[in-house]
Amino acid sequence: MRTTYREAVRMGLREALQRDPRAFLMGEDVGMYGGCYACSKGLLAEFGPERVRDTPLSESAFVGAGIGAALNGMRPIVEVMTVNFSMLALDQIVNTAATLRHMSGGQVSVPLVIRMATGAGRQVAAQHSHSFEAWFAHIPGLRVLAPATLEDARGMLWTALQDPDPVVIFEHAMLYAMEGELAEGAGAVEIERAAIRRPGAHVSLITYGGSLRKCLEAATQLSQQGIEAEVVDLRSLRPLDDETLFASVARTRRAVIVDEGWKTGSLAAEVSARLCERVFYELDAPIARVCSAEAPIPYARHLEEAALPQPARIVEAVRGLLHG
Amino acid sequence: MSPALPPFLDRGGALARLRELMLIRRFEERSAEAYSAGKIRGFLHLYIGEEACAVGTLRALTPDDSVVSHYREHGHALCRGIPARAIMAEMYAKAQGCSRGRGGSMHLFDASRRFFGGNAIVGGTMPLAVGLALADQMQHRRRVTACFLGDGAAAEGEFHESLNLASLWELPVLFLCENNLYAMGTALLRHQAQPDLAARAATYDMPSRAVDGMDVIAVEEAARAAATAVREGLGPQFLELKTYRFRSHSLYDPELYRDKREVEEWKKRDPIALFEARLRAESLLGDADRERLAREVEAEVADAMAFAEAGTPEPVEDLLKDVTTPREGR
Repeated sequence: MRTTYREAVRMGLREALQRDPRAFLMGEDVGMYGGCYACSKGLLAEFGPERVRDTPLSESAFVGAGIGAALNGMRPIVEVMTVNFSMLALDQIVNTAATLRHMSGGQVSVPLVIRMATGAGRQVAAQHSHSFEAWFAHIPGLRVLAPATLEDARGMLWTALQDPDPVVIFEHAMLYAMEGELAEGAGAVEIERAAIRRPGAHVSLITYGGSLRKCLEAATQLSQQGIEAEVVDLRSLRPLDDETLFASVARTRRAVIVDEGWKTGSLAAEVSARLCERVFYELDAPIARVCSAEAPIPYARHLEEAALPQPARIVEAVRGLLHG
Repeated sequence: MSPALPPFLDRGGALARLRELMLIRRFEERSAEAYSAGKIRGFLHLYIGEEACAVGTLRALTPDDSVVSHYREHGHALCRGIPARAIMAEMYAKAQGCSRGRGGSMHLFDASRRFFGGNAIVGGTMPLAVGLALADQMQHRRRVTACFLGDGAAAEGEFHESLNLASLWELPVLFLCENNLYAMGTALLRHQAQPDLAARAATYDMPSRAVDGMDVIAVEEAARAAATAVREGLGPQFLELKTYRFRSHSLYDPELYRDKREVEEWKKRDPIALFEARLRAESLLGDADRERLAREVEAEVADAMAFAEAGTPEPVEDLLKDVTTPREGR
């Protein structure tokens, strides 16, 4: 069927609420408003205010309430409007959700799913545009997912809900309107492995989330120039699927990592370090990274575009590796 | 003339409460010694002076209720029934500790007693308590979630957010604010524009009152009434327990911020001495009882220390165990 990423997220939410009576959705404007990005439109009418709960603007309290409810038998799905606002709940996520199991000597688990929008591209400036996925991927005790396709937007949520530990799902804001085909019977997907979205022999483009489309576009352009790029979608940002990454780079012998986060201390840095540690002798060229410019994302369109990874920059990075 | 004793204070009930007060006191005195001897490391925050708050409030709960606490929680853990042995072993960093030696003094856990931790982030437990209570409300359980916090937490955003959310959703939370007048070294009047914390809680449209936290009888009566209301589905309640810690904030603290005379004044209202005097006046306690309780408590703490001493460290190979929940294929 022809549908959108937004609709795929909504299908996932509806399935969760239908299948598991312990599941409920909670967050700012998820109910009457229908979700800031309209992902939960219609769910309040279908499931009622007990299970689709509008919260006050209290990120720390409602994320923490999700942790407490998860400890006490529920399966909360907490929506934080954007990753930028999740900073206000970071203490609960990092100091509580991620630590409780280990710190208690294994006595309690926190089966909580936190969804949030991330990323730039809508000219909403420096407090609504950043990508902090790497911060969360830094934290032991969390699982971090980045659905970049309709299938993953539809199917990752259910699998995440089966996880006994906290899972953070990042939905890139520019993907919500993305249209595509989704199988009628599409459902839960595995969340352990990276995926090869396009095979290729000459270079591995390693990416996730909102940058996947840009990499696929770059790969198409490169193909027209006789360069076959393999596009690897990380899907899971913690834990990273080293096996798939290493196998791809061992085949192509070149790697460009594309990450909308800032380069310094980024996921791209982590992937790059792992490749250096484990497949260094397979490489025919240095690893390259295409990341966001090291500045707060600006409002003006031309500046925002210049700040973000774009297909042209990816193509340029690949050509640099191949032709020096 | 004191008012009549409440019905729960028959001779057996009275002695049981006195024993708990004495156990916390002695447990912590010996913990401080073990700290000086290097047996306990990290931070050690003593509750001495505040014991009536734990004894009175936890007596108002049932085993099915939930408890979350802050980092000065030895008393809460003992009153919740976590064995002194398991707590002392935890502070000795032994695998037999109630958190396998991974948490230490500030992170005592016992899921079987629904004691969901000492939390060392001030105010950090309040959202957690809201969520525990939300799950009970959604699953139609008549449980109370007791949430301990200190006066310092009243300056955190979580205080406002959590009281608001709990009241808005009429959640079964009993907020127990132990106001010992200092947020670490900063006096209440230096950190709160409105130092009447019960009044602040009341602005969230929540029943709220201040209680003499040095009087174990007053604390228990207030806690019982509040817990009953919460259990009956009347929404959250807030108790401000006015108390004082006799010892320093932690054992690193040189106490430059308060006058020794102030400490001495408060010691005249020692919760154990106050309760003991009342029981003697009511002829519920004699010298022989007092000596027997002291012997029992001494033996229990000595046993806990011997148990902790004999405990074993968790194998280093288990360092990564339980970062996430074990599951098949991993």
